[in-house]
Amino acid sequence: MSQPGTSEGTGSSAVQQVNTRRGTELVLLVISVVIVTFAMMLVEISQENTVTRQLFYYGAAYLALFGAAHFAVRKWAPYADPLMLPLVALLNGLGLVMIHRIDIAKDTEYAVRQIAWLALSLVLFALVLAFIKDHRTLAKYSFTCGFVGLVLLALPGLLPSAISEVNGAKLWIKFGPLGQVQPSEFAKILLMIFFASFLVSKRELFTTAGRKFLNVELPRPRDLMPMLVAWAAAIGIGVLEKDLGTSLLFFGIVLVMLYIATERAIWVVLGLSLFAVGAFLAFQTVSRVQQRVNGWLDPVYGDDAYQLKQALYGLGSGGIGGSGLGNGSPETVPYANSDFIVTSMGEELGLVGLIAIFMMYLLLMMRGLRSALAVRDSFGKLFGGGLSFTIALQLFVVAGGVTALIPLTGLTAPFLAYGGSSLLANYILIAMLLRISDAARRPQPTVKPKPQQAPIAEAHTELVERPR
Amino acid sequence: MNKPLRRVALAMMAMVLLLMGNVTYVQVIQADDLRNGPGNGRTQRAEYAKQRGQIIAGGQSLANSVETGDELKFQRVYPNGPLYAPVTGFDSPTYGANGVERAMDTILNGSDDSLAFNRLSDMITGRAPAGGDVELTVDPAMQKVAYDQLTNKGFQGSVVALNPKTGEILSMVNSPSYDPNPLASHDNNAAAESWQQMENAQGSPMSNRSVSEIYPPGSTFKLITTAAALDSGYQPNSQVNPAASITLPNTNTELPNYGGKTCKGSTLTEALAHSCNTAFAEIAGKVGADKMRETAAKFGFGTDLQIPMTVAKSDLGPMSDPASLYQSGIGQRDVRVTPMQNAMMAAAIANDGKLMKPQLVKSTRAPDMEVIDELKPEEMSQAVSSNAADQISEMMLKSEQNTKGSGKISGVDIASKTGTAQHGDEDDKPHGWYVAFAPAEDPKIAVAVIVENGGDEGAEATGGSIAAPIGREVIRAGLQGGG
Repeated sequence: MSQPGTSEGTGSSAVQQVNTRRGTELVLLVISVVIVTFAMMLVEISQENTVTRQLFYYGAAYLALFGAAHFAVRKWAPYADPLMLPLVALLNGLGLVMIHRIDIAKDTEYAVRQIAWLALSLVLFALVLAFIKDHRTLAKYSFTCGFVGLVLLALPGLLPSAISEVNGAKLWIKFGPLGQVQPSEFAKILLMIFFASFLVSKRELFTTAGRKFLNVELPRPRDLMPMLVAWAAAIGIGVLEKDLGTSLLFFGIVLVMLYIATERAIWVVLGLSLFAVGAFLAFQTVSRVQQRVNGWLDPVYGDDAYQLKQALYGLGSGGIGGSGLGNGSPETVPYANSDFIVTSMGEELGLVGLIAIFMMYLLLMMRGLRSALAVRDSFGKLFGGGLSFTIALQLFVVAGGVTALIPLTGLTAPFLAYGGSSLLANYILIAMLLRISDAARRPQPTVKPKPQQAPIAEAHTELVERPR
Repeated sequence: MNKPLRRVALAMMAMVLLLMGNVTYVQVIQADDLRNGPGNGRTQRAEYAKQRGQIIAGGQSLANSVETGDELKFQRVYPNGPLYAPVTGFDSPTYGANGVERAMDTILNGSDDSLAFNRLSDMITGRAPAGGDVELTVDPAMQKVAYDQLTNKGFQGSVVALNPKTGEILSMVNSPSYDPNPLASHDNNAAAESWQQMENAQGSPMSNRSVSEIYPPGSTFKLITTAAALDSGYQPNSQVNPAASITLPNTNTELPNYGGKTCKGSTLTEALAHSCNTAFAEIAGKVGADKMRETAAKFGFGTDLQIPMTVAKSDLGPMSDPASLYQSGIGQRDVRVTPMQNAMMAAAIANDGKLMKPQLVKSTRAPDMEVIDELKPEEMSQAVSSNAADQISEMMLKSEQNTKGSGKISGVDIASKTGTAQHGDEDDKPHGWYVAFAPAEDPKIAVAVIVENGGDEGAEATGGSIAAPIGREVIRAGLQGGG
């Protein structure tokens, strides 16, 4: 496959044939900016009856940042999917509006910090695009990625609580006044690189060796061992650090990647059965889990779910049309701008707004999966599939949790919620998805110059692959 | 790997669909329940964000809302708190509402259907939305006199006065009463503290004696026995048993007259005028339990009544054997009435036997003062024939002549009946009752007074000595004020 700088003669004609759709992306980005600015105005008008100067600053910052991101994509991933960045920008922008809205209500300043994190995230985003010219290079560092991922994951657990514990979970590394970082967010991507590359390298084993179980040939355990160990470690660390959300995330990701790699549904069935057993045991023994489940079963009249109850009240009060931006009381829900930002949106934008947000996420995941489908190498498919599924699972776990579909576990809604690490990691994730989609949509070099057609008599017999 | 990828795509769509289905369920089907869920501050904030309507009576404001600087924008204020508490009730962010505040909530907060047009015009003109006003039938002069009469001597009790012709409630007073103002406080702790204080206070000031408490009616119930008798063929001059004491059927229990004396006279009229127990016990036995029940029901016993607060049902008890029927005939045993019921009884007799539905709301008004609904007098039943009502009034005029106690009004004929109800506790201190209407020839006011546990006279108290003076003062205030 040709690289941007190295695509000689053959490439230039191909570039003209394929529409890169960068113009579409720019138009969609402008639309996102308009929507977000308008939403910000609504918040300011209903909260303070005036439009403050902050609005201008935020709008300008937002426009400049995504403008820059657009040009990074234009330069380093010109064939990338044109929908993903505008979708992310819109989700991020709406999140920013809500964070600002709650800032006004609670007299805090998280929006400014979120913009700072966004700026940093977009720098990383551009760096990923600039330095990783081909996603397949990542596969070469798979074991390094896996190792670093596990270390990052375990680090907060090993560090003293003073610099790693926030709200009862040891997931953080605090940098004094500069802020705090949740390394598991990054570990997630690194470990996915490891899983994907590992599964691809062992792929042929799945169809050959191994013993039969339920009519399906399983790979020999020792072939899968490094991955299963890494997987178990990831979940174990999550449990030890009392971060059930992250454990759940790793569990789901590995299951789905195994399924994609092996094309065997038995892995999912097996995994879900194990999960059921594990969940039951956890419910029986861990009080925190019991509390969560009880809270989920009876959020309104029970005593175990103050946060969830307030969140549901918000959703109910919002109803179909919502209270309107700035007119509800989402700030009465704890963590209204982070874990519970989905319900904050639901209260002020109503069912209509919430479904629109879910549709944006759905579109984003589908574009990711589409890139995975279209890319030609197995690693890219598996990695892209994993990345897309991560977005889906995070959304499902957090949005399902705060709307009482499933018991509550701590995760953040990608791009929407306040949180630096989550933002950084998710922008890296999107950069990688864009890189894969760039590879998928990049025109193939129009094959080698056609060989001189040998006279048919001189042609040697060709080896034809036997149909399977 | 494309096949599993496609399946994963389907799974992801299913996950998002599940999320959408769930939020649809929460925000559409559960929405109302959640909006009104326990401790949902949103609904409350929305409610207090606009100015609640006033409760008015006789041109005075009994309850209104003033703007505060805090999170809940408006606070409820009761300028004459304890005086009107049984009527207005309270509207508290901590404890919800009762009384008219609760019964007329949709008008006061502006959400009533009848105010839909106003809401629409508020929305279009950009005027701040406000609730409607509720004007009450209460006569401030009578209310004040009744309250002072009860509280000056520290009595526990209740006064209810009605306009017999329309059913308008002219006064509804409780003693002891309470101040709704601290309950309306936006400070939950302050509200809780005063709530606690009232809960523990002597005489349970927060219970609305006029409509929620039931008492033995004592001799005032003889009016109903009389009505049942007249309806069963008795005449005012029919001979009745004047004996000093009778033995209850199938028992050895003696039922004596008050003071153990033989009744002065042996006609029905004289029996009522002198409140002879023996005569009325026998009458009840003769007319039978069914007739007693039927007559009481026509006077309002057992009726589901909203004024608009709910009035507790008065009841005759089981009357399962003749002895208990005899006792019930003089308002003892298991007969229980609310002061409101006794006032209704007097009002029905005053109004030619026609019982009008007691009502507290004179009119409801939109925020711009335009009247949206006005009181329409409603007939509940013909309790007794017009003729019988006249005959009972005559008897009650004679009864009034035999009633001691101060406060008689010269030039005004009062028809009344007293009661002194034993209730078997509080060291035998009886409840004193007085039901009356005036002027007898053209009744404008019907009143029921109860003073609990002998007032300041203890075991010696009678309805005439402790309750009658209060009733007369209330009537006087009503007639002089043009009631």
